Amino acid sequence: MYNASDLRKGLKVEIESEPYEITEYNFTKPGKGQAFYTCRLKHMVNGSTLTRNYRSADKIDQPQLTQRDLHYSYQEGSNFVFMDENYEQVLISADTLGESQHFLSEDLDVQVLFHNGKAVEVTLPTFVVKTIVVTEPGARGNTATNVFKPAQVEGGYEIQVPLFINEGDLVRVDTRTGKYADRVNKK
Amino acid sequence: MASQGSARANIKLRSRALQSVRRFFTERDYLEVETPVRVDTPALELHIDAIPSAEAYLRTSPEHHLKRLLVEGFERIFELGPCFRSDEVGKKHQPEFSMLEWYRVGADYGAMLDETQSLLVAVACDILGTPQLLIDGQLIDLEQEWLSLSIADVFKLRCDWNPLVDFDADRFDLDLVEKVEPSLPVDCPVILEDYPVQLAAQARCKPGDVPVAERWELYIGGLELANAYSEETDAEILRKRFETCRDARQRMGKTPYAIDDAYLQALQEGVPACAGVALGMDRLVMLLADASDIAEVRTFPAAVPGA
Repeated sequence: MYNASDLRKGLKVEIESEPYEITEYNFTKPGKGQAFYTCRLKHMVNGSTLTRNYRSADKIDQPQLTQRDLHYSYQEGSNFVFMDENYEQVLISADTLGESQHFLSEDLDVQVLFHNGKAVEVTLPTFVVKTIVVTEPGARGNTATNVFKPAQVEGGYEIQVPLFINEGDLVRVDTRTGKYADRVNKK
Repeated sequence: MASQGSARANIKLRSRALQSVRRFFTERDYLEVETPVRVDTPALELHIDAIPSAEAYLRTSPEHHLKRLLVEGFERIFELGPCFRSDEVGKKHQPEFSMLEWYRVGADYGAMLDETQSLLVAVACDILGTPQLLIDGQLIDLEQEWLSLSIADVFKLRCDWNPLVDFDADRFDLDLVEKVEPSLPVDCPVILEDYPVQLAAQARCKPGDVPVAERWELYIGGLELANAYSEETDAEILRKRFETCRDARQRMGKTPYAIDDAYLQALQEGVPACAGVALGMDRLVMLLADASDIAEVRTFPAAVPGA
């Protein structure tokens, strides 16, 4: 159990058996009344939001979260198959993965957060290396870094890249934002 | 976080606002006074906790000393200075903040409301050149008639119950935060008035079929700015309220502050009918600067945990 004074932005809590993350936190105290800790909360799986006002004396459930290190194996329909170190398979849905699904590649190591045995959050390495498969050629000699053009990486995901990037180049993508980070020198 | 530029601008704005407030009261024959910041015992309130300072406390409000000056024969006084409240930090709260309090003999809470409006119009005209505030894109004309809502009416309308008849402290606080405050208009200043007697604090109660405390709270653009009472001057009534409050604090596991006997003894010498207002000076600067976070107008704000 958490006390109201433990509440913080980013803290994960449980409301009516469902896991939520606090996205906004504020202290309010109306008139000469008691203090309230106003929290905006986001459901960790379906993304629905709600607002709760906690009083100083309130207790808030702590979700039973376990973290496991898994590596990606293959896609099966709308599910993605991961394995742990004992080759035990874990299915994670495209909905749970969200945008992250575009940055998976075989054997990629990920951290998965489980709530009551159900995967609720998948964290990829901050950067993944992807090959550019389709992009218009940039103007020769243009090394400007602040002008962007669309490009497709392997698997079909589209990102914006600087003009000097060509098909076949390796780039690093930031998995938190889904954006181009930099070019990797070819080996 | 405020940019460097707006932080500098707000420091200058605060200085001009302080001068404007002082000019307003001085022109109305108020005397500026300074009373102790470090006190033997803080004013007793159920939900206001003081910060200890060795064997004493930092004041949570200057009200006891100011009312002792009324006993001494001063009829119009004001104080502008720091107050401290433990564990209060957020977008509208800082543990150290600047309070403006003023008291006037012969006035009641209605007269103080008129004077509060005159003060805010004068300060806005001084600082902004107009009696209109612009808060989050909304124009608020301070010269228009302010909307007064009684606690009974607004709770009946928004929450389907009358806290004057069946008082429930917990429900009152929660409904105020979740239902009443979000429903208040933001295009004009709003007064909530005539509180349940259980929330009188140091306000005089008006007898009637349903007695009410002569107290109001002022909201501008959703920000709670000031609190006023027709002052209760009967030392015995106040002593009973303090005892009730001290015992309730004890039950809640909070420090049961000692009753301020020096204050009550002074009141026994007799003090004429009077009224007072406490106004959060930082919040007034927030309104003038159209700032949404009190940290933007404090010169060295305390950090907010968890934000």
